[in-house]
Amino acid sequence: MTVLGLKETLNLTAFALPQEERQVRGGYAGDLLSWVMGKAEADDAWLTIMSNANIVAVALLTDVSCIILCEGVMPDAGVISLAAEKQINLLGSEDSVFALAAQISHLL
Amino acid sequence: MAEALRFHYDVDGDNFTSAGAASVEVKRKLRQLGFDAETIRRVSIAMYEGEINMVVHARGGSADVYVDKDCITIILADSGPGIPDIDLAMQEGYSTAPDNIRALGFGAGMGLPNMKRYTDEMKIETVLKKGTTVTMKVYINAGKLS
Repeated sequence: MTVLGLKETLNLTAFALPQEERQVRGGYAGDLLSWVMGKAEADDAWLTIMSNANIVAVALLTDVSCIILCEGVMPDAGVISLAAEKQINLLGSEDSVFALAAQISHLL
Repeated sequence: MAEALRFHYDVDGDNFTSAGAASVEVKRKLRQLGFDAETIRRVSIAMYEGEINMVVHARGGSADVYVDKDCITIILADSGPGIPDIDLAMQEGYSTAPDNIRALGFGAGMGLPNMKRYTDEMKIETVLKKGTTVTMKVYINAGKLS
């Protein structure tokens, strides 16, 4: 499924969607950045409540297909423009990490 | 490539938001040079973890990356406090990062373990109150993570 498909199916908010046709092949949920870098795989959707600028670098380096901020968390100032500049898909959801992960699991 | 390409970066110790800029730039260059995605991922994550360590613990430092056709070498050097017990620092979950760093999602005690995990060789040279140099090597087409 593409990131755009995920956004439309799950009614996600698109903060930045510069690569909407990227494929989502799996998922990872976590807020500790080194855990994400150690465990997330390329083309995962990364579910987190961490919203500072460092998530953009982590997403870029791990090759995840998108970041999804859960629980209605809003990105910090500057993060949206940084994501757009670095070609990182940044989405949002009102759902909990658990609820959203369960839904994505059914879709993949 | 007849000779290794060398890239040098100064890692700013005061700016946590820009931490990782050197790793992102190395990733871009390795892509241009045509390395495979998994090699690039391993090099850039290992280097990012090292950059973060220098920012958190040593107020910055320098990063040198040597790119050869069969090996990529990353040398991170700082003039920080040094590591008193390397075995302890290598343990997953052990961290001396302060609370403000943890609030950003760092300081989980996974940085050095990740650096070892994603590289084929890692050497730490450290002198208390003088500084630390970490040398990491990633061999091309010989990765331990497939």
